[in-house]
Amino acid sequence: MADLEEGFALTAVPLGSGPDGPLGVEQSDKTDQFLVTDSGRTVILYKVSDQKPLGSWSVKQGQIITCPAVCNFQTGEYIIVHDNKVLRIWNNEDVNLDKVFKATLSAEVYRIHSIQGTEPLVLFKEGAVRGLEALLAEPQQKIETVISDEEVIKWTKFFMVFRHPVLIFITEKHGNYFVYVQKFNSRILSKYTLLLGQEEKCVIQSFSTSVGRKFISLMSLSSDGCVYETLIPIHPSEPEKNQRLVQSQLLKSVVSGSARNGVALAILDQDHIAVLGAPLPASKECLSVWNTKFQTLQTSKELPQGTSGQLWYYGENLFMLHGKFLTVVPFKCEVSSLAGALGKLKHSQDPGIHATPHFVNWETSQGCGLGSQNSEQSKRILRRRKVEVSVQPEVPASTQLLATIQKDSEKHIEVELRKFLATKRTPDFHTIIGDVIIGLLGRCKAEPSFYPRNCLMQLVQTHVLSYSLCPGLMEFALEKTDVQILQLCLQQFPDIPESVTCACLKVFLSIGDDTLQDTDINMESVSDYMDPVQDGEMEGQTAFLQNGFSPEEDNCDSCAQKLKEKPQATADESTSCPVTTKRAALLNAVLHSAYSETFLLPHLKDIPAQHSTLFLQYLYFLYLKCSENATMTLPGTHPPTLSQIMDWICLLLDANFTVVVMIPEAKRLLLSLYKFVKSQISICSELNKIEVSFRELQKLNQEKNNRELYSIEVLELF
Amino acid sequence: MGEFNVHRVRFFNYVPSGIRCVAYNNQSNRLAVSRTDGTVEIYNLSANYFQEKFFPGHESRATEALCWAKGQRLFSAGLNGEIIEYDLQALTIKYAVDAFGGPIWSMAASPSGSQLLVGCEDGSVKLFQITPDKIQFERNFDRQKSRILSLSWHPAGTHVAAGSIDYISVFDSKSGSAIGKMLVDRQYMGVSKRKCIIWGVAFLSDGTVISVDSAGKVQIWDSATGTLMKNHLVSNADVKVQIWDSATGTLMKNHLVSNADVQSIAVSPQEDSFVVGTAEGTVFHFQLVSVTSSSSEKQWVRTKPFQHHTHDVRAVAHSPTALISGGTDTHLVIRPLMEKVEVKNYDAALRKITFPHRRLVSCAKKKQLLLFQFAHHLELWRLGSTVATGKNGDTLPLSKNADHLLHLKTKGPENIICSCISPCGGWIACSTASRFFLYRLNYEHDNISLQRVSKMPVFLRSALQILFSEDSTKLFVASNQGSLRVIRLQEGGFTHPRAFQPQSGTVQSMCLLAVSPDGNWLAASGSSAGVHVYNVKQLKLHCTVPAYNFPVTALAIAPNTNNLVIAHSDQQVFEYSIPDKQYTEWSRTVQKQGFHHLWLQRDTPITHISFHPKRPMHILLHDTYMFCLIDKSLPLPNDKTLLYNPLPPTNESDVIRRRTAHAFKISKKYKPLLFVDLLDEKTLVAVERPLDDIVAQLPPPIKKKKFGT
Repeated sequence: MADLEEGFALTAVPLGSGPDGPLGVEQSDKTDQFLVTDSGRTVILYKVSDQKPLGSWSVKQGQIITCPAVCNFQTGEYIIVHDNKVLRIWNNEDVNLDKVFKATLSAEVYRIHSIQGTEPLVLFKEGAVRGLEALLAEPQQKIETVISDEEVIKWTKFFMVFRHPVLIFITEKHGNYFVYVQKFNSRILSKYTLLLGQEEKCVIQSFSTSVGRKFISLMSLSSDGCVYETLIPIHPSEPEKNQRLVQSQLLKSVVSGSARNGVALAILDQDHIAVLGAPLPASKECLSVWNTKFQTLQTSKELPQGTSGQLWYYGENLFMLHGKFLTVVPFKCEVSSLAGALGKLKHSQDPGIHATPHFVNWETSQGCGLGSQNSEQSKRILRRRKVEVSVQPEVPASTQLLATIQKDSEKHIEVELRKFLATKRTPDFHTIIGDVIIGLLGRCKAEPSFYPRNCLMQLVQTHVLSYSLCPGLMEFALEKTDVQILQLCLQQFPDIPESVTCACLKVFLSIGDDTLQDTDINMESVSDYMDPVQDGEMEGQTAFLQNGFSPEEDNCDSCAQKLKEKPQATADESTSCPVTTKRAALLNAVLHSAYSETFLLPHLKDIPAQHSTLFLQYLYFLYLKCSENATMTLPGTHPPTLSQIMDWICLLLDANFTVVVMIPEAKRLLLSLYKFVKSQISICSELNKIEVSFRELQKLNQEKNNRELYSIEVLELF
Repeated sequence: MGEFNVHRVRFFNYVPSGIRCVAYNNQSNRLAVSRTDGTVEIYNLSANYFQEKFFPGHESRATEALCWAKGQRLFSAGLNGEIIEYDLQALTIKYAVDAFGGPIWSMAASPSGSQLLVGCEDGSVKLFQITPDKIQFERNFDRQKSRILSLSWHPAGTHVAAGSIDYISVFDSKSGSAIGKMLVDRQYMGVSKRKCIIWGVAFLSDGTVISVDSAGKVQIWDSATGTLMKNHLVSNADVKVQIWDSATGTLMKNHLVSNADVQSIAVSPQEDSFVVGTAEGTVFHFQLVSVTSSSSEKQWVRTKPFQHHTHDVRAVAHSPTALISGGTDTHLVIRPLMEKVEVKNYDAALRKITFPHRRLVSCAKKKQLLLFQFAHHLELWRLGSTVATGKNGDTLPLSKNADHLLHLKTKGPENIICSCISPCGGWIACSTASRFFLYRLNYEHDNISLQRVSKMPVFLRSALQILFSEDSTKLFVASNQGSLRVIRLQEGGFTHPRAFQPQSGTVQSMCLLAVSPDGNWLAASGSSAGVHVYNVKQLKLHCTVPAYNFPVTALAIAPNTNNLVIAHSDQQVFEYSIPDKQYTEWSRTVQKQGFHHLWLQRDTPITHISFHPKRPMHILLHDTYMFCLIDKSLPLPNDKTLLYNPLPPTNESDVIRRRTAHAFKISKKYKPLLFVDLLDEKTLVAVERPLDDIVAQLPPPIKKKKFGT
């Protein structure tokens, strides 16, 4: 979320007499120091973090500063123009502006621009541009006229594009706007006509630009209160021709249309803009931060004492006039994610939904992965779509669907949903699906009778969901003990919290067999190794050799004697499945889910003893099934792997050992587990022995090859 | 091309010393490597990783720390308690200063490079000022309880983190007072280890301290609060990398990377990645990765493990584009980071440097003798013989086996710098850093008598390179400060030590020498300047071969033609006619057409060049993995032809064979090769050193369980 911090006034004394606020705020060569030029006669250097002025310079009575002071980053000197034509250059040590370097120019200066990494530029009112050095070499040189007679420069900006300086300035003539882009590496001046789109007679009140990879994005705030964006190619195809630029609407009604002054715009980063102005005709002026990507208001701050319609943005500070004082508002802006963007709007519009789901910012990450060119493209596509949207009143399918969810019958929702799913998938498909589920769940909570099970199933099976996209879904299914949805979720979601996994496990272990009988559960993970006939009666099978170890011939411990007494029972227990097939399928879903031990263990402790014993028995059964074949895998399409089974056995024992040890029914199971661990250990030690002997063999083999320290061989070179 | 009887020699029992420290200098793109025997080597990473300089080792000078300071000055410190500065021009030790703190375990140059900090056995941290010609003790920091095993400066130079046993101290570098202490947990997974040794620390500019320790943890600490930020367990034996914030001394993160020691750490200059080495031979790469895409919050994440070593990784370095590691298994491994390498070229390949880039073997062709140079002794062997003949690939029965004639041990703790046997086999010369030895050998049937030539002239205290003339009457000695002398050898002694007129103003030490078989010309090359050719009779400079960007790796002068053949570290080979003072026509042709791309992609330098005694058109050269006989009369291979053709053309007619034949006859049958030479027109000698034999002599690595873990 964007965050505007508490602002502070930079000056204790009101700024000069001018009604229009300061002439400019410019960066100096030291961070945190800014040059503030009064509209009257004074330039003040402020250190923002200390909120105090470091220096102040004034021109003589009768002279007037016409162009804000800038810092020449290459020399550290300050430059100012007074009385339109007189250039002054001074540095920190100078006291009196009257005595510093002076150059009188032959034409009127509009602005001086200075940025890091290049020499300052002087833009004349007639549109001509000179480098400062070249100009100072010959101050009285003739300055040509670039723009036509009645054109007036409205706005200008200087920046670097791939280490090459580019100056952009916008002129107005009879309500028409022209954009000039001057590139200094190629000395090309491109002129564009700005087409204002469908709106008529609206005056552009503020501009701001940002530089992309291929385009300069020019944003403008119109008098109708909307923000428009224009993309200017950095490398124009035909620089000579007068080309046209089309504006597209980016944000609607960010400020009141009637506000005539006090309106300004600044681009903060690729997704955020700051707008100064009154949001409603009657309201006070505000500084607001908008997210252009999601078109949401991020934060705003009221400026009760009014402002001047000037906004400067450097680093992390926004500068504006508040009342009579220049105010600095520190500003923080996190990356725009859907969650962040939705936050504000959702709260204001729909207080019913409290949970602000945390979303992964998929789109940005996609863009980063594929290179920015791609993201540029997709952005442009999105923008085009937005324009279309604004032109045609048609509501997108997703919005319609969301509306349907809120009121229509279950049947109707299902039909609509099927229609929606059949359409082509958009890039934000997963978020829409997430929204739909959240909408459905919201309604479920509101109307207890409403439970669109089929819809939820259908949505889960779109394979695009994750737990974080629909946080309430599994909890809701747990509430309803809808094992079918839980199974689906466990299979589909990659990011289920361990607590939820464990809750599912509890449900799966405790749910009655008769309830399970009626549910429709995906059995593909168990079908191949479990005979469905077993469901009713569990038949004993013949004993087998497990992993080279037979439970019959045990000479290792005394406890096993008890087992020996009842070999038939052992065989029973180890070979017949302790749970029904359906329950087994559900448990397999849990086995497959991802988890982190640390987070899972505390939850596993809450499982009642008889349930954990049952689960252990089942896991042991799976292990025995595994060891039936040489590859140590279970048959079937998607069975649990041996390591999953072993990990769960370990986890369960870790969590519940003290409890399980006390239960008489579990004793036999523990004994057999103990024995099988023992057999594993002996196998491992045998393997280690084999490894060592193989290494010896290898060594012998090497020695045979290399034993001859000296030989004479015949070699022919070809 | 012909058939050769190859004496395949594997009895050169050479074992390189393990690597103890590496220090990378970003300005010159050079890497200093110190070995457990005290040898320090300088690799030029811009010149194809060529080992361009070395300082011989010394038994009592075990280096524990190595660092570069301002002006590309190289310092080392070790367990004898001395700080040593190396003279990179004269290739000598400039001076040694005792720090008076017992054995020195760690050393770090300040970020500005003007101060040097050493951590001693007695728990003291001592600050030295680096003056233009020496270092000056300035101040002791607050004394700690136990030895200081690692040191790291804050990039601003204001604070210092020092790793000791069980804790990390943070010092204010101005006042020298300890302002923080971060205790490292001895326990690892509930098991209390005896002690937790902080093997390495790294101080980042945001106040984060990263520590690696003997419990296998990489811990990230917040020095401002002294809290652990993150803990990575990297090794099963002994290495934690911990990242601390030094201001508070809190551990921020703990990565358990291993159960084995994590013994070394190096941070990239941008502080966006670091590398740790463990006692299990694994090198882990950690990177600062955004938690979510494009967010500003970043986290250290262990990204890549590399297992290029079998033994302890004692030292790591992080160049802008590569991870460099070295350890007990004696390999220096340079692993480029693929995301940092812009072009997929030669530099993008993994490098494993095992053998020195200089010659350790010399050969007396007529007597069929081989002289092997070890760190502290020389071995003289006589090759065997056979009367049998055979076809390609046959191993012939020996009529006489090779004999170990002599084991010559040098006195004193210093390592041998260079050695040579005269072509007649009658003289052996070798030199350490302070003594020069010349021996006369007499052969009476099977008996050898050895006599040391006493009364060596005063100036002959040490030599960087020694060479006998073809007729064994002259000895050429290149010593420090660029001096080059010739000594006439006589029965029982020597006369006429005469010096070549040095180039005006050069102090460049000559490392490579070559003399023409007729004894008239001597070519000498230093570590960076070009090759100078001297007239031996007049003792004057005859000409200088035009300078080339890459250092010379081998030199030789051809018989009869007196063409000088020069191999450079970028795998270029030039032929320069000394009488004409210009490159030969063949060399120009080669340069015009260019070498085969596979030839240029070889990653070891050519270390020896010699010539066919009967065929003047044939040049023999070798690197570690191949030897090549260049027949100048045949056309050069272009990039489309097969450079290396091991199989004999069987079914093809002679016409095709002649058409595809090219000048480079390569054999990769014997490797790794330390020496190849032509004994006579039909006999080759190849000295091999199989890596398995080296591994067999190393201490056993940490055993890793494969089953039942």
